[in-house]
Amino acid sequence: MADEFLALVRGPVDPRCVDCVANDAHGGVVTFLGVVRDRSDDGRAVVGLTYEAYEEPALREFGAIVSEARRRFGDVRLAIAHAIGELEVGDVAVAVAAAAAHRAAAFDACRYAIDELKRRAPIWKKELYAVGDARWKSNE
Amino acid sequence: MNVRVIAFANLREILEPSLRSLDLPQGALVAEAWTELERLVPALRAHRSSLRIARNGRIAGSDEPLVDGDELALLPPVGGG
Repeated sequence: MADEFLALVRGPVDPRCVDCVANDAHGGVVTFLGVVRDRSDDGRAVVGLTYEAYEEPALREFGAIVSEARRRFGDVRLAIAHAIGELEVGDVAVAVAAAAAHRAAAFDACRYAIDELKRRAPIWKKELYAVGDARWKSNE
Repeated sequence: MNVRVIAFANLREILEPSLRSLDLPQGALVAEAWTELERLVPALRAHRSSLRIARNGRIAGSDEPLVDGDELALLPPVGGG
């Protein structure tokens, strides 16, 4: 891959898709996976999530986040993959991987990328509850 | 002139299926498009303070002029990850 891999995928993310960040020069690899939980933040039983994205702007935002991470943390390779569509409990909704020569920059870049993705990327999540109703949930 | 309107998440559910595009006077601003949207879909009004409006995929200021064929997108607070 180039120094970045950015994707929106239909259905669950295969976390192996971000393994491509590692190479012979970047041996410190940090991966974050966001997995669908069975409880909402307010304690309701969740059976699944539906994600939708404003796709081109979302991918552009991923790219901006990667560029910022490189300016902040130096020579880092990053991969970001986010699911859209319907997911079940246990599915991977988002995978972020960062690779650098040493671990500190990889941890920092991975943390930066997932935090900024959650704050900025035009992606929305609907929680589907066990009792049958559903609600859009923002990160605010 | 005519601008396409799309929306996401709860705003999409409010907008659909009532509205796909807006007829506006030449040179109308984003703010004027919003006023017309509120008139046509009053349920949107409660969301003005929290949503952002994108023009052709980029966040737009309310004083930005529109041209025929533009796409306006109504973006509620995001929830990715």
